[in-house]
Amino acid sequence: MRLKLLFRNVFRHKLRAFLTIVGIGVAILAFGMLRTVISAWYAGVNASSSSRLVTRNATSLIFPLPISYLEKIREVNGVREVSYSNWFGGIYIDAKNFFVNFAVEPRSYFDLYPEFVLPEAQSTAFFRDRKACVAGRKLAKRFGWSVGDIITLKGTIYPGNWDFVLRGIYHGKNAATDENQFFFHWSYLNESLKKNDPRRADHVGVYVIDLKHPDMAADVSEAVDTLFRNSYAETLTETEKAFQMSFVSMTEAILTVIQIVSYVIIVIIMAVVANTMAMSVRERMGEFAVFKTLGFGGSYLSILILGESMALSGIGGLLGIVFTFPAARAFAEAVGQFFPIFHVSLDTIFMDIGAATAVGAVAAMIPMWRVIHIRIADGLGRTG
Amino acid sequence: MNVIEINDIVKSYRRGNQRIRVLEHISLTIANGEFLSLMGPSGSGKSTLLNLIAGLDQVDSGSIRIGGTEISTLSETGLAAWRAGRVGFIFQFYNLIPVLTAYENIELPLMLTGLSKKARHAHVITALSLVSLQDRMDHYPRQLSGGQQQRVAIARAVVTDPTILVADEPTGDLDRRSAEDVLELMDQLCTQLGKTIVMVTHDPRAAGRAHTLKYLEKGVLSDAPQVAVSECLQA
Ligand SMILES: Nc1ncnc2c1ncn2[C@@H]1O[C@H](COP(=O)(O)OP(=O)(O)O)[C@@H](O)[C@H]1O
Ligand SMILES: [Mg+2]
Repeated sequence: MRLKLLFRNVFRHKLRAFLTIVGIGVAILAFGMLRTVISAWYAGVNASSSSRLVTRNATSLIFPLPISYLEKIREVNGVREVSYSNWFGGIYIDAKNFFVNFAVEPRSYFDLYPEFVLPEAQSTAFFRDRKACVAGRKLAKRFGWSVGDIITLKGTIYPGNWDFVLRGIYHGKNAATDENQFFFHWSYLNESLKKNDPRRADHVGVYVIDLKHPDMAADVSEAVDTLFRNSYAETLTETEKAFQMSFVSMTEAILTVIQIVSYVIIVIIMAVVANTMAMSVRERMGEFAVFKTLGFGGSYLSILILGESMALSGIGGLLGIVFTFPAARAFAEAVGQFFPIFHVSLDTIFMDIGAATAVGAVAAMIPMWRVIHIRIADGLGRTG
Repeated sequence: MNVIEINDIVKSYRRGNQRIRVLEHISLTIANGEFLSLMGPSGSGKSTLLNLIAGLDQVDSGSIRIGGTEISTLSETGLAAWRAGRVGFIFQFYNLIPVLTAYENIELPLMLTGLSKKARHAHVITALSLVSLQDRMDHYPRQLSGGQQQRVAIARAVVTDPTILVADEPTGDLDRRSAEDVLELMDQLCTQLGKTIVMVTHDPRAAGRAHTLKYLEKGVLSDAPQVAVSECLQA
C-alpha cells in the first residue's frame, strides 16, 4: 500500500512529474558528461605506467636530446630497457585530420609499451621494413586504412612529404589505451635528416626508461639527471605520470571550472526539485493531517515523502545515466581526435548515482520536517 | 455506563501574545451507545471540544476519560495509537485520499493494525456493504458524488470498529437528500451497531436525529437547547 501510495503521489500531477524528471535527467546527463570530459583529460595520466620514466631536455620539451645519451642511460643501475621517440607532427591530407604521430625505435618502444598489442606477423613486418608504420585500431578505422596501404604525411616540424607503408594495426590492451596513435621508424626520419638537414640529425625528443622495479623511480631519475648535469643538454627525468600530468596542469584552470560547473548543475537541480517537493507537499497538507488523524505517525509520512522525492530523482537519474552513453559516443565521434579516450567510467556512474541520491534526499528535507511538525487541527483547516 | 467522561476541562489558544480561552471548565458525560449532537454559534468552540474528545489536541487542564483511558496524559504517539484503534472520524469535506480508490481509502486505517491482507479484505467488504457501495469500490473519490464520498468516509470511520465516532459537520457540504442518507446511516450505526456518536452540526435537521442535544456558547456548555435552537428545530 505504501509503495502504491508513493508512486501514485509521484505521478499525481503528470506534467509536473514529467518536467521534474526531465530536469533531473538533463542535469545528471550534463553532470556525467562533464565528469567524463574531466576523466578524458586525465586519460594519459591514468594510462601511464608506474614503472616508466620519461627523460626530456631540462630547458623545455621543445629542445631535443642527443642520441648519444642512449647507451649512457642504459648503463644506469635499475634501468631495464630504454627507448626513444620524436614528436613528428605530420599532417594527413589536412590539418583538421589531427592525430598523434611519433618517430620511435620500434623494437624497444613496443617492448616498453606492452599495452600496444600487435599481431606477431605484423610486428615482424613492421620491424623489418624501414619505411613501415603502424596505426591504432581507431585511427585506421577513422581513415579506412588497411595493412599494405601507403600513407603520406606532410611534415610540419620536418618539411616534406613522407611516405609510409602501413604494416600493422595495433589494438589496446584495455579501455584506457589510446588507439589513435601512429608510429614509424626513427631511423627513417634520421637518415633523411642526415641528408637534408644534418644539424638536426641524431637527436630524439624524449627517452622512455623502463625500470626493473617501480620503487627505483626516484633513484634512477636522480642518477640519469646527474649523468648529464653540466653537459650542453641537461635532462629532466620524471615518472610517466608526472610527465603526462604536466600537460594536464597547463589546462588545470579550465578543469577546475568544469568541475565547479558540474557541481553547480547539481545544486541548481537540487533547488528546483526541493521547490517542486515543497509545493506538492504544501498542497497536500490537509491529506497529511488526515493521515495523522487516522493514527499514522510523522515517520510514516516523512518516509513517504522521502520515497517520493527519491523516486523522482531516481527515475530522472536513471534516464540521465542511460542517455549519457549515447551522448558520450556522439561526443567521442565529434571530437575523438582531441579526447582519444572518451568513455563513461564506472566512477562517473557512481558519481551520477550519488548526485541523484543527494538531490532526492536534500529535496525531501524541508517537506519532511514540515510533515512531522504539522499540527493536525491546523492541517485539517477549521470549518464551521 | 458512560463511555466518555469529561471533567472540568479548560482549553485556550495563543494568538500573538494573547491567550484566548475557548473552553471554560466544561464537564460532560456521554453514555455508551448515545448519539449526541453539539450545536452552537460559529467560533463557540465546538470543533475544539470535538478534537479534544477525539484525541487530536491536548487540554490545558482537566481530565478526559474515554472507555476507561485517561487520554489527557497520553503522549503524542500514544494518542496516535489510541486514535487509530478507538476513534472513527467523519469530516465535513469527507477528506478521502484522492489517489486511493474507495476500497483503498477504507483499507487505510487497517494498515496500522496487524491484520493480514485477507482479514483486511473481509473488514473492508463488510464496511462497504454497510454503506451500500460495493459496486463503487474501485472508484476514485473524484468519480463519486459528495454523498457517496461521505459514505465511503463513514465506512473508513467504522472499519476499525472504534469505540466512538466523531463527526464535524458531516452534512455541511451535502444536498438535502444525501444529507438524509448520511444521517440515516449514522442513526443505524448508533442503534444497530451500538456506536457512540458525537456530532457537531449547524443543521437543525441533523441535530434532530440525535438522541441528546448540547449547546455550546462562549465556552460554556448547556443542556437545554436555547431559544435559537428550538426555533431552528421547528423550522
Ligand atoms: N488552532 C487554533 N489556533 C488558534 N485559535 C484557534 C485554533 N482553533 C480554534 N481557534 C479559535 O478558537 C475558537 C473556537 O474555534 P472552533 O472550535 O473551531 O469553533 P467552532 O467549531 O464552534 O466554530 C475560535 O475563536 C477560533 O478562532
Ligand atoms: Mg467547527
